[in-house]
Amino acid sequence: MVADAKVKVAVRDLTIRYGEDVALSDVSFDIHEHEIFGIIGPAGSGKTSFLRALNRMDEFTTGMAVDGRIVLDGHDVSEWRNLYSLRRRIGVVFPLPVGLPLSVYENVALAPRLAGVRKKSELDEVVERCLRRAALWDEVKDRLDSLGSLLSGGQQQRLTIARALSQDPDLLLLDEFSIAVDPVTTMRIEDVLKELREEVTIVLVTNLVQQARRLADRTAFFLTGELVEVAETEELFTGTVRDQRTRDYVEGRFG
Amino acid sequence: MFETTALNTRSRRIEGLVRILFLMMAVMLILPVLIILGMLIARGGPVLSWAFLTTPPTNGMTAGGILFPLVGTVWLVTVALIASVPVGVAAAIYLSEYAPDNWLTRVINLAIINLAGVPSIVHALFGVGAFVLFFRFGTSILAASLTLAVMTLPVVIVATRESLRSVPRAFREACWNMGATRWQTIRKVVLPNAISGILTGVILEVSRTAGETAPIMFTGAAFFLPFLPQGVLDQTMAMSMHLFVISTAVPGVPEELPYGVALVLISMVLVMNALSVGFRMYLRGKKKW
Ligand SMILES: Nc1ncnc2c1ncn2[C@@H]1O[C@H](COP(=O)(O)OP(=O)(O)OP(=O)(O)O)[C@@H](O)[C@H]1O
Ligand SMILES: [Mg+2]
Repeated sequence: MVADAKVKVAVRDLTIRYGEDVALSDVSFDIHEHEIFGIIGPAGSGKTSFLRALNRMDEFTTGMAVDGRIVLDGHDVSEWRNLYSLRRRIGVVFPLPVGLPLSVYENVALAPRLAGVRKKSELDEVVERCLRRAALWDEVKDRLDSLGSLLSGGQQQRLTIARALSQDPDLLLLDEFSIAVDPVTTMRIEDVLKELREEVTIVLVTNLVQQARRLADRTAFFLTGELVEVAETEELFTGTVRDQRTRDYVEGRFG
Repeated sequence: MFETTALNTRSRRIEGLVRILFLMMAVMLILPVLIILGMLIARGGPVLSWAFLTTPPTNGMTAGGILFPLVGTVWLVTVALIASVPVGVAAAIYLSEYAPDNWLTRVINLAIINLAGVPSIVHALFGVGAFVLFFRFGTSILAASLTLAVMTLPVVIVATRESLRSVPRAFREACWNMGATRWQTIRKVVLPNAISGILTGVILEVSRTAGETAPIMFTGAAFFLPFLPQGVLDQTMAMSMHLFVISTAVPGVPEELPYGVALVLISMVLVMNALSVGFRMYLRGKKKW
């Protein structure tokens, strides 16, 4: 990896609280442009909270307070004037698939529509491209009119990915995207992600340590709200041990 | 280990008893409805005819039909709906989609609960003070309907709020994450999926409104009028008021006549309720997630 890669997201002294509870405490790290940045850590370690803060979803979460700075492309997200334009640049995929109760087509066309695209041909193009990218096109191309919320779980998850891509994001946040997807589909999506790295920066939160190892260029290890370590992924797995807790976690000897 | 013990048999027997007891209570619920309906049909049924519905009352309300009160009730209900539905739906959308959890929201929610608990005669007095006198609408359809609207507002608000809540939060979050505003989210995803529940609430409101007497008595419903209302500032006759008047205040009314009027009134309510139930069943069968 290039040592002086361009910084996409700079996190500085980030603390996230829910009321009195601290979900993330004073973490700092950089996410580089065009990398897949993995975040691993046990349940409740603050991974999802970080993604929410990055997307400024604290606005919709009562009790969530964010301190410190998250700088995206040189601008602090807390000072972003138009939050909607910020969120449009960031695609998010949730742990549980959310097919909106709209047609498959409208699910993917929604973001472009919100951005003001009206031309049918343009929308058609976006829908097909994103569904293909998300490895879903072949399964749904004959029923674009059926409800997205009634697809199978794995299909809905790929629909969610297609929807995130339809925003034409330059940052893609994936939160444990594969817990509702079968292994074959997971592999197909992983291949897509590797290709996407050329165009977007990807933050991959995952409970599957091996998935981080397969995909991530660099990986951060969160533990109960603390950033234990961030390093080149292979370094984390096989390099000299810097923090025994990381090694224990990635090797499955934990707790 | 799994053979029946005495304890086991006993709890099974109690289970059976409890079940029968509850069933009896449930069956008792439908008894009053059946008795009322049966009586109304038996005694009021013979009065009903097409002419009964389409001619006005005559001979000092001791003969003729119910055209004027019937039309009057339709007026009252329609104007009340026009007033209460937009306000109620907007308020509910604010409360469930926008309102932060602060003192103002809590006060508003408290007000709604209390509004639902205010007796209708108190609403009537409020209507006289506010609409008849203060806003100078006089005793008119407008004043009466607005009184009804205030009274039924909680029904619309609660029904709307419940159906908005039945749309999973995950859908909203997905939209917000895409950069949709709250209103875009409501318009594209929330409302289309809540509209059915809202309609059900509205229909329920209609049926309630149609039967009310007290709130319209001093605000716009007339004892007797020899003509149909021409606009919202006219007074009008109304079914519930008419029933009240001919059963208590007019001498020489044939015994069957009030039963006929009551039967028509209750049929209006039942048809509305049936519509609402049917609607809900239809929608439940049509799952969207
Ligand atoms: N909306 C909320 N209100 C209150 N506390 C919350 C909320 N969301 C998360 N928390 C708390 O913050 C902490 C971190 O949660 P977070 O969801 O970020 O963990 P996570 O690393 O994503 O876990 P998982 O792997 O289980 O998804 C947890 O202790 C959790 O209980
Ligand atoms: Mg999480």
